[in-house]
Amino acid sequence: MNAHSDPGVSGTPVPPAGYKDAPYDVELVAVSKSYAGTIAVDTISLRIPKASYCCLLGPSGCGKSTTLRMIAGHEPVSAGDILIGDRNVTDNPPIARGTSMMFQNYALFPHMSALDNVAYSLKVRGVPKDERRARAREFLDLVQMGQYAERPPALLSGGQQQRVALARALITRPRVLLLDEPLSALDPFLRERMRGELKRLQRELQISFVHVTHSQDEAMALADLVVVMEAGHIRQAAPARDIFEKPNTAFVARFIGGHNVVPGGNGSIAVRADRCRIGSSADQARLTGHVSSVEYLGALVRVGLIGDNGLEAAALISDRTFFAAPVEPGQAAALTWSDEDAHALAD
Amino acid sequence: MMTEGGQPRSRSFYVLGFFFLLFLAFLYGPMIVIFVLSFQGPNGGMSFPMVGTSTTWFQGLLQATGRVGDIPSAFQRSLGLALLAAALTAVICVSAGMGFRRRFPGAALLFYTAVASLVMPSLFVSFGIALGFKELGWRTGLFTSGLGAQLTWTLPFGLMITFATIGRFDRRYEEAATDLGANSWQRFRDIIFPIILPGIIGVALFGFTLSYDEFARSSLTVGNQNTLPLEIWALTTAATSPVLFALGTVTTVVSFTVLTLAMLTIGLIVRRRAGGRLSAERSAHG
Repeated sequence: MNAHSDPGVSGTPVPPAGYKDAPYDVELVAVSKSYAGTIAVDTISLRIPKASYCCLLGPSGCGKSTTLRMIAGHEPVSAGDILIGDRNVTDNPPIARGTSMMFQNYALFPHMSALDNVAYSLKVRGVPKDERRARAREFLDLVQMGQYAERPPALLSGGQQQRVALARALITRPRVLLLDEPLSALDPFLRERMRGELKRLQRELQISFVHVTHSQDEAMALADLVVVMEAGHIRQAAPARDIFEKPNTAFVARFIGGHNVVPGGNGSIAVRADRCRIGSSADQARLTGHVSSVEYLGALVRVGLIGDNGLEAAALISDRTFFAAPVEPGQAAALTWSDEDAHALAD
Repeated sequence: MMTEGGQPRSRSFYVLGFFFLLFLAFLYGPMIVIFVLSFQGPNGGMSFPMVGTSTTWFQGLLQATGRVGDIPSAFQRSLGLALLAAALTAVICVSAGMGFRRRFPGAALLFYTAVASLVMPSLFVSFGIALGFKELGWRTGLFTSGLGAQLTWTLPFGLMITFATIGRFDRRYEEAATDLGANSWQRFRDIIFPIILPGIIGVALFGFTLSYDEFARSSLTVGNQNTLPLEIWALTTAATSPVLFALGTVTTVVSFTVLTLAMLTIGLIVRRRAGGRLSAERSAHG
């Protein structure tokens, strides 16, 4: 488990030489991708600081996977430059970029054992069999898969396959690990556990992870840098807390969830649902209407509200507050919040 | 009366069932008859009743007498030709299949040009090749014009199976290999080839059986030495003994043996991939 901590041993998962030089692990400079007339990614620029966990977040078709594949070198860019560390790798093949990719559904070679899967990158480089198998074992141990080394992928569970795929990607000693929807094939329980492990690995290895997901929860839980994408554009790139507290557009506020987007003085404002209260129209009502739904979530209760103007909104209130003065669907109600909780949106 | 879930069978079941039985009778009936008659007693004739049983006629196969023709040599020729045709079919079809993965202008036209051979009348293909060789002043021969004629038959089938096999190949495996630094040859050797191997064995098997019992396209192109089907054809018109049946039994056994071997190999590969040999270990681990 400490294989990574000794930089002197060759083949252990330490960052490659020259790692400390550049302040950014990944830099996208006005990168575009178009396919026969349709633009998938439109002139995006992004800097991912070294050793950070970055999530590309957005609805399907927003260009996040294409962006990841362009960083990996599996998709040529139509315009722009990609830098890994301080090297421009725009025209480099995948292996010469310092990146490594973990594919959606893992793409483990079905005819090879877990060990041979992990050792494959060493095999193509001509590392002798005993040496590459020994090193592959180290990496299988790193992801706690040492005991399954001889099994073919078909005999591994989804979570185990993912660990093998991780080991296979990490053995190339990438500076940046690219993960394409790595958790979407797992059941919810396993998903949360693997989420924790990904974060732990990233922290231990001190390399950057770029993780594509459509799940806000995943991005919030993992990322140092959340990049919200829509229609081929980056709408906001900021730490998770900044995104949640200061979403810059109505799209980001809605997509990240937990916000009400309502008309304000100049343009829209976002206000977090957990900062809203349900009250009668007497006290400082901001939005009057009637209760449309009540969802009991355990610690919290989500009260949906349809305003008289047709606007949908919600309040997340603690179970204690809710049950002190419960409301029912159909009942007239009003949403209130404090001025300091309203956050103006750009558009 | 057969029923399923208490419901009586519909009339279409019996109509279709009868049709299927008819099909089975046409397919296996003659084979069974030939198989039984090949064990005809030494004094028996070419039809029932059986006059005792013996293996006399199988021994007759091995003797290259004038009356029977040279069966062992014809068999060897056919086997050699079929193995070569199978190998060439596999190699050419996989190469073409890999090439066709990249879309290029005229790909569809090229494909249809190649598989159009399936609808060409075999006898005329054979005749045309023989004529062409004659015009050019070349002599037709087993491994020249004969092999070529057979490939016009095995390649189109092989191409279609190969395209289906390669079409099913998940390109993400290849991308993963690229990501890990494999060059195009390593990708093919280590990833694509092993994964599509069961399909390739199927292609080779098809090439073998199509070549092994091909008659029409061989008839005018193999030169002065007969392949087994041509020898058999000569026998059916000339022979008057159950040697013919013994021959039928042996060739059928050869075909089934090849088929079984190929299927076993494919099954072994698939099972190894599914981890069959490790399932005991897995249940031990829980």
